[in-house]
Amino acid sequence: MTRKVMLQICSDPTLTLDYLPTLGLPEFTRSATELALGRDSPAIRENRAGGVQTLGGTGAIRLGAELLQRWYNVGGARCGPVYLSSPSGGSVAATLQGAGISDIRSYRYWDPDKKGFSVEPLLEDLEVAPEQSVIVLYASAHCPTGAEPSHADWKQIAEVMMRRRLFPFFLLPCQGLCWGDPAQDAWSLRYFVSLGFELLCAQSFSTNFGLYSDRVGSLLLVLKHSSLLLAVQSQAASLVHSLWSRPPGGGARLVTMVLNNPALLAEWKEGLRVMVERGMLIREKLKERLRMLGIPEFWDHVTQQRGLYCCTGLTEEQVQFLVMRCHVYLPASGCVNVTAISGRTLDHVAESIYLAVTSDLQEYRH
Amino acid sequence: MSLFAEVPQAAPVAVFKLTADFREDKHPSKVNLGVGAYRTDECQPWVLPVVRKVEQLIANNHSLNHEYLPILGLPEFRASASKIALGEDSPAIKENRVGGVQSLGGTGALRIGAEFLRRWYNGKNNTATPIYVSAPTWENHNAVFSDAGFTDVRPYRYWDAEKRGLALAGFLEDLENAPEYSVFLLHACAHNPTGTDPTPDEWKQIAEIMERKKLFAFFDSAYQGFASGDLQKDAWAVRYFVSKGFELFCAQSFSKNFGLYNERVGNLTVVAKDSDNASRILSQMEKIVRTIWSNPPSQGARIVATTLTTPELFAEWKDNVKTMADRVLLMRSQLKAKLQALGTPGTWEHITQQIGMFSFTGLNPNQVGYLIKEKHVYLMASGRINMCGLTTKNLDYVAESIHETVTKIQ
Repeated sequence: MTRKVMLQICSDPTLTLDYLPTLGLPEFTRSATELALGRDSPAIRENRAGGVQTLGGTGAIRLGAELLQRWYNVGGARCGPVYLSSPSGGSVAATLQGAGISDIRSYRYWDPDKKGFSVEPLLEDLEVAPEQSVIVLYASAHCPTGAEPSHADWKQIAEVMMRRRLFPFFLLPCQGLCWGDPAQDAWSLRYFVSLGFELLCAQSFSTNFGLYSDRVGSLLLVLKHSSLLLAVQSQAASLVHSLWSRPPGGGARLVTMVLNNPALLAEWKEGLRVMVERGMLIREKLKERLRMLGIPEFWDHVTQQRGLYCCTGLTEEQVQFLVMRCHVYLPASGCVNVTAISGRTLDHVAESIYLAVTSDLQEYRH
Repeated sequence: MSLFAEVPQAAPVAVFKLTADFREDKHPSKVNLGVGAYRTDECQPWVLPVVRKVEQLIANNHSLNHEYLPILGLPEFRASASKIALGEDSPAIKENRVGGVQSLGGTGALRIGAEFLRRWYNGKNNTATPIYVSAPTWENHNAVFSDAGFTDVRPYRYWDAEKRGLALAGFLEDLENAPEYSVFLLHACAHNPTGTDPTPDEWKQIAEIMERKKLFAFFDSAYQGFASGDLQKDAWAVRYFVSKGFELFCAQSFSKNFGLYNERVGNLTVVAKDSDNASRILSQMEKIVRTIWSNPPSQGARIVATTLTTPELFAEWKDNVKTMADRVLLMRSQLKAKLQALGTPGTWEHITQQIGMFSFTGLNPNQVGYLIKEKHVYLMASGRINMCGLTTKNLDYVAESIHETVTKIQ
């Protein structure tokens, strides 16, 4: 589908390569905002939600961080601590630091015993976070663990955050690739908006559109009033001006076209379902293989987690063993991208994990 | 109560506001001489024929995918971009001490360079290092360096309003008096906004002082090929500095000379003392890139790389670039001729002496105001006009408007 649409765009004689506006292609940011919040969102109707086109998810996080660093609670205490989940994905912390945010703390998220998400420790940590702290939350498809709060968990999280005046900075890295349905994947975000929260949300279109190298993202802003939205967007434009001046056009055009063309939209959604089903199938097969090999523990977490990632719960030594002895490469955290496992490699991966868990790893201990 | 209640509305960027005002103007003869993008004689944006060709090649190349580029960008792009700036036979390239960082246009290249210098130049995190920018300069230069954390961004004399040319003596004096290790932002060619470049001889004088005073040369090269129509000529200053052994940065933009404005194609060329230094510098650049855009967009880089490394396409590109440069030169000579024919008070030699997209007309703010309000000819408050906004159809009107303005308003 991507190729088809790209060819269409290339062959369109009316399209020029003129600069995009600083805030991005308006049709794109409108579509991205509607995708995240739902077309009938009160925030959209009330004109207090808008997007800024960014360089992928990273660009959105960086822009959001710059905005918070300079403009959050200007009259008061400025941007206090920012909380990230423990563990947290990739370069989020470094990106925040790049914007000058130095007070970065963590809240408990991954429960190593349960090998999943536990809400109680998170709520405890939120209760003692200073008021007006910024809390970075994955709306869905948590990276790197794949573990998700339930709807009931989210309700509890929202209650504490509302009461303690904590600011939500959502990350939406691959909307549609967690539950196979964009609306489901944005449930938590939409719930918070319905409660009246102001928030930021960094949206990436890299994975759910396969447009990794096109760098398509959007920073969603939801404010209390439309006049505030305009003011904050104007400041965002000023920040964008000295970061990258304008965003690139190609990928955003493609996404806009797909989201606004019923046939393409249906094709895209079907594609998401296919990808998610494949991911689930791999998870099932991996768990089944491990069970058949006689792995000593339960590996239910593999199928309980969702999205691209699975936090295996393997120790650092076991990971080292996997890398050095089995040539199975994964980061020290033990969190893997399940879609990277193919039919061909599944057996090898399962056997390697089994060996890692059952062997004496004396030589891999530090 | 919103936590953003105190956020003030940011002032719009002057040139964007100008274009917005132009768009709203209903006057039939209105002319936009503001924003810096190439326009054809029909006043339309121009997608270079070679670019259309390469876009199709890329779209039909099924071996290409959308996987992430490396953090520093497409290797073929980085290498060919640096080569275009420094020359095929550059000693620095031969000695393996050149690196490129694919960036988001010229702005992105400037920002990455600025972020690097703030962290690693003149000590660690020395935000007090003076950054010198020309007076006047592109309005975004100040913001890029101060947002990167530098606290002392100051002007060096450049434009002499009286003689309508380079303020060489003042420039050289400011170089002499600059603290050692200050950074000087130099326009490689087609100075924005004045269109006035130092001559080779003047560049030699500039380089001599910079070498002696240990000043860092950070070139901004947004118009290579577009200025004179000749790639080599437009890169003379950068190559001269390299030949004198300078370590330097050169922020390259391919927005104008490839017409790839919205693809955001740029390259920060790094010239270091040796390859070991170059590789350590690039490793730190990677860390900076990772936290701004993570990895750059592929489309524009593929177009440029394919064009620069394929002989027939390269030749076609040079031709396309010359087409643009020639049209600008034609508008310059015709505007000057018309003003002289009208007997417009003042001298207008500078219009053809200046080079590149822009001309600093020398009109004062009152005159500019009159031109915009009464004649619906839009230009920057500084008197800067974009020659690309002129066409054979509007030349007469513009010349007459300038004539009327200058005779009525002093």
